[in-house]
Amino acid sequence: MSLSVPERIMACPRFQRLAATRSRFAWTLAALVLALYYGYMLLVAFAPQVLGARLAEGGTTTWGVPVGAAIIVFSWLMTGLYIRRANVEFDALTDAVLEEHAR
Amino acid sequence: MSRLHGLAVAALAALAPVAHAAGEAPKAPVNVTAIAMFLVFVAITMGITYWAASRTRSAKDFYTAGGGITGFQNGLAIAGDYMSAATLLGLSGMVFARGYDGFIYAIGFFVGWPVIMFLMAERLRNLGKYTFADIASYRLQQTPIRTLAALGTLAVVAFYLIVQMVGAGKLIQLLFGLDYWIAVVLVGSIMVVYVTFGGMLATTWVQIIKAVLLLAAGTFMLVMAMSRFGWSFEALAQQASAVHRMGDALLAPGALLADPVSAISLSLGLVFGLAGLPHIMMRFFTVTNAREARKSVFYANGFIGYFFLVVCTLGLCAVVIVGTDARFLGADGKLLGGENMAAMHLAKAVGGDLFLGFISAVAFATILAVVAGLALAGASAVSHDLYACVIKRGQADERAEMRVSRLATVAIGLVAIVLGILFENQNIAFMTALTFGVAASSNFPVLLLSMYWKGLTTRGALVGGLTGLLSAVVFVVLGPTVWVKVLGHAAPLFPYDQPALFSMPLAFAVIMLVSKLDDSRQAGDEQARFTEQYVRAQTGLGAEAASAH
Repeated sequence: MSLSVPERIMACPRFQRLAATRSRFAWTLAALVLALYYGYMLLVAFAPQVLGARLAEGGTTTWGVPVGAAIIVFSWLMTGLYIRRANVEFDALTDAVLEEHAR
Repeated sequence: MSRLHGLAVAALAALAPVAHAAGEAPKAPVNVTAIAMFLVFVAITMGITYWAASRTRSAKDFYTAGGGITGFQNGLAIAGDYMSAATLLGLSGMVFARGYDGFIYAIGFFVGWPVIMFLMAERLRNLGKYTFADIASYRLQQTPIRTLAALGTLAVVAFYLIVQMVGAGKLIQLLFGLDYWIAVVLVGSIMVVYVTFGGMLATTWVQIIKAVLLLAAGTFMLVMAMSRFGWSFEALAQQASAVHRMGDALLAPGALLADPVSAISLSLGLVFGLAGLPHIMMRFFTVTNAREARKSVFYANGFIGYFFLVVCTLGLCAVVIVGTDARFLGADGKLLGGENMAAMHLAKAVGGDLFLGFISAVAFATILAVVAGLALAGASAVSHDLYACVIKRGQADERAEMRVSRLATVAIGLVAIVLGILFENQNIAFMTALTFGVAASSNFPVLLLSMYWKGLTTRGALVGGLTGLLSAVVFVVLGPTVWVKVLGHAAPLFPYDQPALFSMPLAFAVIMLVSKLDDSRQAGDEQARFTEQYVRAQTGLGAEAASAH
């Protein structure tokens, strides 16, 4: 019995490596962003004075301002990091797998 | 608790910004500048719709603009879908009234985006065709799963449309001096024209134009406002704390999280509900391939993040510039038109009447664009999922399917107008909880598990998806806002306004349990087809291509 194209791809070690690497990378980044966000939320809930502390002695701006902005900027940069790796490494691997089995 | 409750309602009003504000405000005199600028916007977008109509021939053109939108364009359009008038007015209003808590709220609105990028964007593009039901039903039984997905889509669309229509009516009443019902009919009819004639192509370009206008207007306002503080955030913070009633506490976390359960429930709904909004999911089918899908989230994230930071800073600027200016305060010392008008007053303060007219027109345009996206998603669920796939069993003639989608758009437009008028004087803050609750508890779990979990079966998805949908609705109805405030009972039967913390895990648990217990032969077949779906999700093998134009 001959295998279908998806079954052959599924059995291909290169594809398995691609799928495993990519999903590890994606889940790691997702976990990082969510951990950061919910960590921040826990801080807000249980230790608000940390974020309410002044940046500089006698100043008004609190730590909460740069920390909050950093969460937005950091999670955006993480999407950039993902794209960078996906565009170079994952797309090339995907093309190679498709080339081998589907064309 | 009551303090938190008031805050939660105000927080939700960030999405339905003007609904509360307008109740207190008298109708404004007819604003000629704003109306003129709005007419220019409508004229331009009608031109685009005319152009798009000539290029919308097939069903694929209608649902996905032929699948040929670039990542950058789609990024702007997604940002357009997400940066509503509500974000501009509601978030700046929250920062104006409550300082740092408004910022916490903005962050919650943002964090769902990276998660969509990492876990969903590429797979959506590789697996989807026209609607998210294509993915949910990929290896499951078409009829029950498409019906469930269409139900989830229409529920979200209806709840969100009410929020937008009521918001639009009140906002336009306030800004343009038009009657509420005229505003609602206007929004409903223009939206129907965009969608029925121009389909996804026109809807996308309306979103893009409006996103650019909104970003430009926000940036201009920020530049004008910050120049008054010598470009120093510290100077702004000092002056704002000096004049705000919260004083030094303005930039510290306040009452938003006094009750962590509500806060976590709210943020779960926001983060994961985002990944279950049908009009957002649909945007991923308009791009050429998975690579462009990735790019579009990256651009969208950048624009949305930037815009949120700008809007929160504007709220703080308004504390000093608007909050101390007698022109904008009523006899009771409160902001004219309510706190959601902070950004509008700021526009007038820094840019005069002309700029206020411009911002008003942009706000109106914004509502139109969001409503058009919603109507298109709803119409697709009716014509593609219910008509073509369920009633006609996939044998529908393409012309007939397009005719149904246009009729559905007109019907949705009419329903939106009627609901908008019916809900004029209702407290609609709970509609947002419903929208995100249903999206997070029904659409999202079914979609995620269909892509990631081999064990999913039709029975599991159907029972669990329905459980999520119903429990989200029931929890909201039994919660403090509806049960006590709307229905007038003494005490809520469910203590929280936000259902997601309870309904979302419940949906996941039921889906998984029922799937596990399902040992029918059909379930075995469905699990066996996971390989093909998985390979396609990962590689794009056999994915929809863009149509050549």
